[in-house]
Amino acid sequence: MTARNARRKGVNIFMLGLCAACAFVTVSTLFVILGFLLYNGATSVSLNFFTKLPLPPGQDGGGMANAIVGSAQIVIMATLIGLPIGFFAGIYLAEYGGKTFAFMVRYVADLLNGIPSIVIGIFAWTVIVVPAHHFSALAGSMALSLMLIPITARSTEQFLLEVPRAMREGSLALGANKWRTIAKVIVPAARKGIMTGMILGVARISGEAAPLLFTSLNNQYWSTGLSEPTASLPVMIFLRATSAYEDWHRQAWAAGLVLLALVLLANIAARMVISRGASLPR
Amino acid sequence: MAINQIQTPMTSIPTEASTPVQSATPKMRASNINFFYGKFKALHDVSIEFASNRVTALIGPSGCGKSTFLRNLNRINETLRETRIEGQITLDGENILDKDVTEIRRRIGMVFQRPNPFPKSIFDNIVYGPRINGMLKKTSAAEIVEKSLRRAALWDEVKDKLHESAYAISGGQQQRLCIARALAVDPEVLLLDEPCSALDPIATAKIEDLLVGLKHQCTIVIVTHNMQQAARVADTTGFFLLGRLIEHDKTDVIFKNPSMKETEDYITGRFG
Amino acid sequence: MATSSATLTPGTTIAPKRRFGGDEVAYFITLIFATVILLVTVAIVWQLWLHSSPAREKFGFSFLASKLWNPVTDQFGAWPFIYGTLVTSVLALLISVPLGVGAAIYLSELATAKLSNALTFLVELLAAVPSVIYGLLAIFTLVPLMRDYVGPAVQNVLGFLPLFSGHIFGVGYLTAGMVLAIMTFPFIISVSREALMAVPREQREAALALGATQWESTFNAVLPFAKLGIMGSVFLALARALGETMAVTMVIGNDPAIHTSLFAPGYTIAAVIANEFTEATGNTYLSALVELGLVLFALTIVINGVAQLMIVLTTKKGSAKA
Repeated sequence: MTARNARRKGVNIFMLGLCAACAFVTVSTLFVILGFLLYNGATSVSLNFFTKLPLPPGQDGGGMANAIVGSAQIVIMATLIGLPIGFFAGIYLAEYGGKTFAFMVRYVADLLNGIPSIVIGIFAWTVIVVPAHHFSALAGSMALSLMLIPITARSTEQFLLEVPRAMREGSLALGANKWRTIAKVIVPAARKGIMTGMILGVARISGEAAPLLFTSLNNQYWSTGLSEPTASLPVMIFLRATSAYEDWHRQAWAAGLVLLALVLLANIAARMVISRGASLPR
Repeated sequence: MAINQIQTPMTSIPTEASTPVQSATPKMRASNINFFYGKFKALHDVSIEFASNRVTALIGPSGCGKSTFLRNLNRINETLRETRIEGQITLDGENILDKDVTEIRRRIGMVFQRPNPFPKSIFDNIVYGPRINGMLKKTSAAEIVEKSLRRAALWDEVKDKLHESAYAISGGQQQRLCIARALAVDPEVLLLDEPCSALDPIATAKIEDLLVGLKHQCTIVIVTHNMQQAARVADTTGFFLLGRLIEHDKTDVIFKNPSMKETEDYITGRFG
Repeated sequence: MATSSATLTPGTTIAPKRRFGGDEVAYFITLIFATVILLVTVAIVWQLWLHSSPAREKFGFSFLASKLWNPVTDQFGAWPFIYGTLVTSVLALLISVPLGVGAAIYLSELATAKLSNALTFLVELLAAVPSVIYGLLAIFTLVPLMRDYVGPAVQNVLGFLPLFSGHIFGVGYLTAGMVLAIMTFPFIISVSREALMAVPREQREAALALGATQWESTFNAVLPFAKLGIMGSVFLALARALGETMAVTMVIGNDPAIHTSLFAPGYTIAAVIANEFTEATGNTYLSALVELGLVLFALTIVINGVAQLMIVLTTKKGSAKA
């Protein structure tokens, strides 16, 4: 082998090795994140965490029960609003859309998807908080639902389009009309993917803090209704982490562990349901 | 020296008349090649010789292993997952399976079924091979480009647009560009895998003329599903069936007086 | 035989209606929900425009160039935030693009299919980690790391450059850039990997058949072919980085001023909105923040649009060059 070829071989091995290193470095950040959260948060996750209200710094035994419940409230409401809208919009895009209008809707949905969540928060603030003169869980839910709609619409559309044409035509050929075909044949055929897309979307919005910062704000106590400021897990993490107190920092770690565990479990479960090869919308 | 490969109980006695014209040692020889895709055995005990400065055609029905066999000659099958080869392949008497693969591939060039120029200019496509192989130290890039394009009978058609994109020329011209690109590294053997299957008859004719002229400079092995093409360009022809080499002989003999029944059936169109 | 079907909705067969337009109802329902998306987006632009008008009227275009952000004197300028947003995002890309493309090359060219899929799965999980969690980790692990180890080490070697001079707080542009880099890995990796996998096998084989090594084939033949898709992934990552709020807010240092040193604290558009929106008193203050939101909105739309275009063009190219 010539010296030149030996050098080329050396470069080959070095560069390919470098690429492998890049891959392992990037993937390992996931484990680093998990590791730190477990190490710092595991000791603080106790029964108190799930059942007690937050206490002022320095006092032991506080928890984040209101944030957990508050998050659940806000996310559930956002889901109730956003999921149906996204779902039906997705059906429209897949089954009914003509060329121009559907193209516009799709394009705008992707646009909406790309808007930073804090800007969505500003919008919800202008529309609900300003006229009402107070922060509310409703405003927070609205902001989150606006994020859920385009995600759900595009993923629903994608999975509906994957249903083979033959199935559609089979149903129509039997005399069923279009909406029957959609409702009884196509949607059921795509239901796995659609549900997965929905789970992923809900998991995504439950981790968001930015849109809630000035819509649902926060609450040290239980909130009694939808029109009150409400505590939520992501916002609590932010406030506790940026505070000056050690035990509030510990609370932040615990909350972070709980939140991440929920989000990751939902993601893992959803992605395992989807057959290999189908790629999820970005 | 008999080069008939006896695969079935039907025997055939080689005669003087069936001995092809050849030089002293074959340029390339494959001995007892078994090849596996995972668990599937795609080639069974294939042995064949390729004489210097001759054109050998490999024919056979779809899926018979002729392309698979060709791709082993420059070890490009190694880039696929889970492949395994047994046997020996020699170039000028040396086993290529042990050697540094990049050097082998410079000496044994390949042209693929569909034209696959790089997304660069015509000039840069041709210069790529010489550049990475360090050949530009002795000869200038412009010289190599002109020489290769002339050898591929493409120079006159593209000499004024060397720096335009390779995709701006027709399919037939792109394939000749790929031939020029392969020739630019001065290979001793040129392998062509159904090079005309994506081209129209006129483009095909140009390439066939080209190949007949090229054999004086290198040894050519061409896989083709077009029997008339084999008859037109090849000195010897090998017939593959189900992963085995059934018969290899002078092209005339294969087409007019084959020894094996399977060959005769294929030639006369009973299958394939 | 002529039938008396009054209206035809797309896709239905011609038949006398058996019940009150089931298909029509379904069509309209889905149409309405689809239109909601359009209306909402228009509403967002409208509201942003409306609620930023006090600031827009007061400052005009100089808002974008002004460096002064002083709530006390009611002077608001966007430039420190635009600067901080750009600096942190560019830093993030400088780190994550080489790492991400390198990883994508490994995943598409070198790893076995099983390993590649498994690792890509893990990378996509990274994308699901909420921004606050990144911030949480950054505050307590990255900041001390920067302040006590990485910062001093870099300053030892490169401290003569203005970029690396000055006091090391631990928070600041560089730290924020690093967090953003980690957050943008998944976008670069998964989109680039798909772009690389879409390059036809014949391109690789053509290079290899000329005697190229695997790296030469990847770098010279495959990468250029996938160029558009990879560029698309970079723009996607950029769009994400520009709008990223929580993690950046937690480590940027909250200083509404321009500093050359990367170790200095700064501010981004998203971070200032997050921090000051609920504290803002007075119409001008609030509307200035909303106007910042409008600027961010415009930025991300443009960049996302370019990204989508590039990705669409790649998939077209990959299938067209058959």
